[in-house]
Amino acid sequence: MEQIVSMIGWKTAKTIAGLVGVLIFVVFNALILTWAERKVAGHMQRRIGPKEVGPYGLIQPIADALKLLGKEILTPRAVDRPLYFLAPILIFVPVLVSFIVIPFDASLQVKDINVGILVILAFSSLSVLSILMAGWGSNNKYALIGAIRSVAQNIAYEIPLLLALLPVIMMTNSFSLKAIVEAQKGLWFVFYQPLAFCIYFIASVAETNRTPFDLPEAESELVAGYHTEYSGMRFALFFLAEYTNIFIVSAIAVTFFLGGYQGPFLPGIIWFLLKSYLLVFVIMWLRWTFPRVRFDQLLNISWKALIPLAFINLLLTGGLLKL
Amino acid sequence: MDMVSFKGIIFIIAALIAVAASVLMATRKNPIHSALWMIVTFFAMAVIYLLLNAQFIAVAQVMVYAGAIMMLILFVIMMVQMEKGGKGDPGETGRSAKTKVAGALITVILFGEMLFGALYYQMTGRSGDYPVAMVNSVGNVRTIGSLLYGQYLFPFEIASILLLVGIVGAVVIAKRKE
Repeated sequence: MEQIVSMIGWKTAKTIAGLVGVLIFVVFNALILTWAERKVAGHMQRRIGPKEVGPYGLIQPIADALKLLGKEILTPRAVDRPLYFLAPILIFVPVLVSFIVIPFDASLQVKDINVGILVILAFSSLSVLSILMAGWGSNNKYALIGAIRSVAQNIAYEIPLLLALLPVIMMTNSFSLKAIVEAQKGLWFVFYQPLAFCIYFIASVAETNRTPFDLPEAESELVAGYHTEYSGMRFALFFLAEYTNIFIVSAIAVTFFLGGYQGPFLPGIIWFLLKSYLLVFVIMWLRWTFPRVRFDQLLNISWKALIPLAFINLLLTGGLLKL
Repeated sequence: MDMVSFKGIIFIIAALIAVAASVLMATRKNPIHSALWMIVTFFAMAVIYLLLNAQFIAVAQVMVYAGAIMMLILFVIMMVQMEKGGKGDPGETGRSAKTKVAGALITVILFGEMLFGALYYQMTGRSGDYPVAMVNSVGNVRTIGSLLYGQYLFPFEIASILLLVGIVGAVVIAKRKE
């Protein structure tokens, strides 16, 4: 072990260890979240949710994973093969890249990049691209409509998302996620920037295609949206990516507005996970509270409400910082 | 491993990918495949920017072009009639032999020029005002920001007005039918 470390150098070894850790966390997180979503859904509808497999139904996600593994992987005849096969794999690239720069604790970060948040935002557009590839490659009208909706939605909501993050970047003078967390030693940025936090949160729910903004996969209109033609493990990959994305947007919200890993008594990582999963819970809560918006409403919320508000907020922040 | 040669290997890989992807982009029949190969090209270019210590430009490149190409694909889906069989290229009929010859000639001349330049000139270049050490000490984004909004403010504003005119024009054309 030590020989290997000394051969490839300490830094590289640390990065590789971090990547392995990230992979394990991604799978673990998705398993927990599928279970949590069904429990939350159950209790909100006065049901119990899964309870048969394991205590409190905790082993249910593993049973589901085994079921998905055992299913036959169907490939429709008329699909655009390269795109159809690549899409579920490609959707994982942005997910893994994002985890590299997120600081879980003061020293628990795979790599601190000085354009950290930009890396996440740049690669997150890649996930929309793979949705588009899946939708087009499936050669199915429902999948294509879902994919087109997803692109329109993501382009509309990426702007308020960026504009809501900018005031924080202006206040800290840095794109590095770690520097942003360190700048919140005193007071969390959510108290300086409540409006930006609200805008970011709404936009991030839309970016992850969650209800009330789940038009790309609206079950009642589009069968399953962009992943209609996917089965077995390929479908599971889309599912896994969606749950990981929910965690990532929550983690960014925590890093930017809720003080990241900072908090009294408990170690940093516990605080970070607590805050992140609290936001994940809020996103699930939204799903079982609000009906789906119409497409014109969806775009109007972004272009006519969120973007102007974000611009005003940005201008005010800039003005106050210069005073 | 020697750091310089490691960077050199990465550069060669990225450059080869960029060239291959752009050739594939130009030769695909299916416009959506073309657009996707273009994204591969841009990613390879982003790697080259990274090798040049320009992290911000690399990231901005991915961020801007990935979104732009998705719009391009959408336009392709909405506007272009795609033929089923793949035979009978619609662009082939309208193109005369003369334009083909002219195109081939220009390509050959340009390629010759490039070869000549690469073989007969020393391409070292002078060291600029912003060497790596200085940019790294100030910060990549900060250097670009202070240059763009300081020394080059006027060209920057002109370019943004140009983009604004483009947007206004698009809206005017879209609204004319009503």
